[in-house]
Amino acid sequence: MWDYTGKVLDHFKNPRNVGVVENPDGIGEVGSLACGDALKLTFKLDAEGRIADVKFKTFGCASAIASSSALTEMVKGKTLDEAARVTNQDIADFLGGLPEQKMHCSVMGREALEAAIAHYRTGKSEKKILAGKVVCTCFGVTEEEIERVARDNRLTTVEQVTHYTKAGGGCGQCQPDIEEILEKLARERAAERSRPAEETKPLTNIRKIQLIQETLDREIRPLLKKDGGDLELIDVIGDRVVIAFRGMCAQCQVAEFTMKDVVEAKLREFVSETLVVEEERP
Amino acid sequence: MRNVYLDNNATTQVAPEVVEAMMPFLTEFWGNPSSMHWFGGQVARHVEEARARVAALFNVSPSEIVFTGCGTESDNAAIRGAADALGPQARIVTTRVEHPAVLAPCRRLKEMGYAVTELGVDASGQLDLAALRKELRNGPCVVSVMWANNETGVVFPMEEIAAMVKRAGGLLHTDAVQAAGKLPLDLSTIPVDMLSFSGHKLHAPKGVGGLFIRRQTKWTPWLLGGHQENGRRAGTENVPYIVALGVACEQARLHMAEDARRMAALRDKLEQGLLASCPDARVNGDPVHRLPNTSNISFQYIEGEAILYHLSDMGVAASSGSACTSGSLEPSHVIRAMGVPFTAAHGSIRFSLSRYTTDEDIGHVLKNMPPIVEKLRALSPFVG
Repeated sequence: MWDYTGKVLDHFKNPRNVGVVENPDGIGEVGSLACGDALKLTFKLDAEGRIADVKFKTFGCASAIASSSALTEMVKGKTLDEAARVTNQDIADFLGGLPEQKMHCSVMGREALEAAIAHYRTGKSEKKILAGKVVCTCFGVTEEEIERVARDNRLTTVEQVTHYTKAGGGCGQCQPDIEEILEKLARERAAERSRPAEETKPLTNIRKIQLIQETLDREIRPLLKKDGGDLELIDVIGDRVVIAFRGMCAQCQVAEFTMKDVVEAKLREFVSETLVVEEERP
Repeated sequence: MRNVYLDNNATTQVAPEVVEAMMPFLTEFWGNPSSMHWFGGQVARHVEEARARVAALFNVSPSEIVFTGCGTESDNAAIRGAADALGPQARIVTTRVEHPAVLAPCRRLKEMGYAVTELGVDASGQLDLAALRKELRNGPCVVSVMWANNETGVVFPMEEIAAMVKRAGGLLHTDAVQAAGKLPLDLSTIPVDMLSFSGHKLHAPKGVGGLFIRRQTKWTPWLLGGHQENGRRAGTENVPYIVALGVACEQARLHMAEDARRMAALRDKLEQGLLASCPDARVNGDPVHRLPNTSNISFQYIEGEAILYHLSDMGVAASSGSACTSGSLEPSHVIRAMGVPFTAAHGSIRFSLSRYTTDEDIGHVLKNMPPIVEKLRALSPFVG
């Protein structure tokens, strides 16, 4: 069995907002019987332009049903601009997480919402419009969609792209194309990082420390904590970032490697290219 | 709540008499059957006794039975060993509905340069015999065709297939992991050269299987490094599990006719009941040539994993050929090879019974299934 969270199972067994809204303002349909999951989302706005009523009908597995149900709960009462900012990761987070192989269920939710909003705004198709080049013909996934999901979720492998969009999960012939898209995104990220410092506004000291702390909390500490370790920011002196390993990391033989390879790389990616990380010496 | 286990094509309960028979070989008689002393020698006798019991199930000579670690090992050893013995000019012929334990080694051989053909099946899952006949005209080949399908229970006409392959001078292997113990497989009259079977599908524990290799079959051993099993499978014998397999095969042989009758009656009751109570349901596979214990039903417009989770909540264990249950994105290769429409492919559920399945078990499923189907259909955008 899948390792579903209690919240996923709750929304699967007791789905909220099932059905079709009467005289809907927006309708969004994605997926098909062939694909193995499909979602029809309908909503109605109130006088202030907020989503007053939203309902879904879903064909799919437990996580597809739970993701749809969660989505309706999340967008109710929101304006369309607010709703449009809901990402697939927000849906997964709302449910306490989804198995990676099931992330495409959350992506389907976001796509249906997008299609419904587009339908309301343009009055055109209720179905997801395939824009641009179709990469995966088995599941009808476009280059644009793969790029967007890969960017939003920071995906780096073909396998991840398949888990999130299904692309590449059928006959597998498009896997080299997905690889190419990922390489392009990686080049873009690298180009962004290597942009000369004078182009970007110099960081104030306060902002730099803030960013370093945020990056450590978001990117590094969860990784270390998995192995029973942790780290602490001791000081920032110019470009020198002084940290101290705690817990298991303090005795770890590969701490030196972790520091250079992970901590410094992440800080350079998210804060500044010129940072140098060193460990506090007692 | 009642627990109902209808996933016996996945694995079966170890029979109490099997557990009882194997236990002394874990606690007391733990010697190595190859040893040249009384402690090992007394164990070797039981291994040979088990071999005779297994051989009796297939009506073959005990010397033609090789014990292995599982059905997958038997399949791999048979196909790789035959291809190796016949050399790279040999062609491999198999079917699109084989278990991955057969398909994967065949595809590996293809990568190594062997010519490999996968034959298709019709809408009822039956093999295209005309296509097989045509393939056999192209010279020496290793044919690997399953006896019964694990997902649909469809039984291939092995007598006819074996006769065709033999006439053409080919070598025939059959994966009988699902058929062994459920159908009478008399290899004294059906000339297959190799047959794979597995312990845990017939009430022995997991971790033991066997391979029948007819005398004088061209075949090269796969696992090297010991004289055990007459040099055909190196490695110290798994004595307790081999003893267990022997007893399980004997039980299957003694009770086969009666068990098959009982299971078929219960299976038919389940199938007819579900078709009557759930609209838009269809049986996948050949309703006539089928294992007595298997029913594969598609509930259209709803998805298999969702059905299984609801069934599991009701204490019912079954399985599905839907994409989501396997973590893959496409429905089972067997269902697809049969051309089952997409409306039904994702909602296929396999119920597989055993000799321990009771009338009450079936009643429990018949009572609980219709509300599940109704609930999921109410959610489906393709209904109403």
